[in-house]
Amino acid sequence: MADTKSSVFNVKDLNLWYGDNQALYDINMDIKENDVTAIIGPSGCGKSTYVKTLNRMVETVPVVKTSGEIEYRGKNIFDKNYLVEDLRTKVGMVFQKPNPFPKSIYENIVYGPKIHGIKDKKTLDQIVEKSLKGAALWDEVKDRLHENAYGLSGGQQQRVCIARCLAIEPDVILMDEPTSALDPISTLKVEELIQELKKDYSIVIVTHNMQQAARISDKTAFFLSGELVEYTDTNTLFSNPTDKRTEDYITGRFG
Amino acid sequence: MVSSKNKQDGLSVSERIEKNKQSNSSTAFVEKLVPKLLLLCATLSVLVTLGILYTLLSETFTFFNEVSVIEFFTSTHWNPWRDSYGILSLISGTLLITVTAMIIAIPLGVASAIFLSEYASDKVRRMLKPILEVLAGIPTVVYGFFALTFVTPMLDKIIPGLSFFNALSAGIVVGIMIVPMVASLTEDAMGAVPNVLREGAMALGATRLETTVKVVIPAALSGIVASFALAMSRAIGETMIVAIAAGATPKFSFDPTQSIQTMTGYIVQVSTGDVSYGSTIYYSIYAVGTTLFVFTLIMNLLAQYISRRFREEY
Repeated sequence: MADTKSSVFNVKDLNLWYGDNQALYDINMDIKENDVTAIIGPSGCGKSTYVKTLNRMVETVPVVKTSGEIEYRGKNIFDKNYLVEDLRTKVGMVFQKPNPFPKSIYENIVYGPKIHGIKDKKTLDQIVEKSLKGAALWDEVKDRLHENAYGLSGGQQQRVCIARCLAIEPDVILMDEPTSALDPISTLKVEELIQELKKDYSIVIVTHNMQQAARISDKTAFFLSGELVEYTDTNTLFSNPTDKRTEDYITGRFG
Repeated sequence: MVSSKNKQDGLSVSERIEKNKQSNSSTAFVEKLVPKLLLLCATLSVLVTLGILYTLLSETFTFFNEVSVIEFFTSTHWNPWRDSYGILSLISGTLLITVTAMIIAIPLGVASAIFLSEYASDKVRRMLKPILEVLAGIPTVVYGFFALTFVTPMLDKIIPGLSFFNALSAGIVVGIMIVPMVASLTEDAMGAVPNVLREGAMALGATRLETTVKVVIPAALSGIVASFALAMSRAIGETMIVAIAAGATPKFSFDPTQSIQTMTGYIVQVSTGDVSYGSTIYYSIYAVGTTLFVFTLIMNLLAQYISRRFREEY
């Protein structure tokens, strides 16, 4: 995998505490443009915390403290003058459980563009079609755009959330175990979708499913107890891990 | 790698968003201003409360310069026109009304809530709930006349020696008035219990009633108790019904068939009569008002304590 790609994120000496409990220890990690970066590790290893730090969503927990730097496109996101809303406009997120708004599919998609000042109907219609096509959902829902998103299946709801994220054309998409609540067929669809999306977006995906990481990612990071144990090309990590703990984990000896 | 991002007027959506952000510098200002405005509104209601408290307390203080505190709280005779101020008579009247009202409102309200939340079909619920809520919208003066001209004559046939103005009739009607409040708040609390808990109980073979009593009600208990407390505060403070139907005879007694007077009833009587400003009687309504305020305050604090104590986390 060529390292000539430019970096989206440069994480430098990142530490994070929930109150007195340290959750992340000295993380250093570069995330490359147009890569799918998978983050694996056992439950409670800090992988979700880590990915939520990248768009500062972790700060919704009031007792969180951080040290170190995360540079997004060369600027430190913890800088006092850095507007967190700007960051989250560029770094979108898809959550573990589908969380569409209790509105129509159409309203779900146009919510983002609308709050960012795009109001003309024609553009909005185009965005909806484009985003739903991008999320491989258009053919399934094009005749019922104005029905409540909660009428859809779990897999479809998750793709609405992905489409909602795509609608404002972010730069990076963070996915926190996006398929853990989905059945195998929906999971497959989302995985295929991720392969399509990496053409235009950089994707960071947390997964507890190692096969999934092996199938879809270019690079894989293995977290254990808040530490980044190993981070390298996915093929290398799964075929020839350098760290004993990584090997134990991917061969199923623990976790 | 062909970018498929949306093009419009030569600009992609992300570029347009970027442009809007730059031209929209007022957003940050609004984001800063709004919390301050909200804080102002919140402070305002606190200030109003403090203002009310100040008025009450300062006038009460004047009253206690003229009447002994000990007499006020221990004497059982209340006749301001003969300079006897023993608030126990009024408190007993208020308690009589409140207890009667709660005896009516709690069973009726909780039963309606259980039916609406656990048994009624969607269709029935959609029909019944608005009707129940209409009860809450009837002016209390109408309830007062309902007590006086309908409930009292009916009770008269059953209970011999019932006086025309009596605590029982007023208490029952106050109870009816707060049924919708209890029912509606209790139903909300039960409706907020997640369905997975019901399913958990039913999957063990529990009947609907067992599920309701052993799982849903305990889970909703804090909300239910809070509804009782709110309803009770309402009953303690209810004025019009008791002024019309319960009479104006302060009496230290717990006989509901007799005419009594409540704290609120006394305040109305004095406020509508020709009592001169600055007289002891005039100040007495503030002392009674303060007592009433303390009563409701204690009720609310108690309710908060109970609802925290019984809260089941889910």
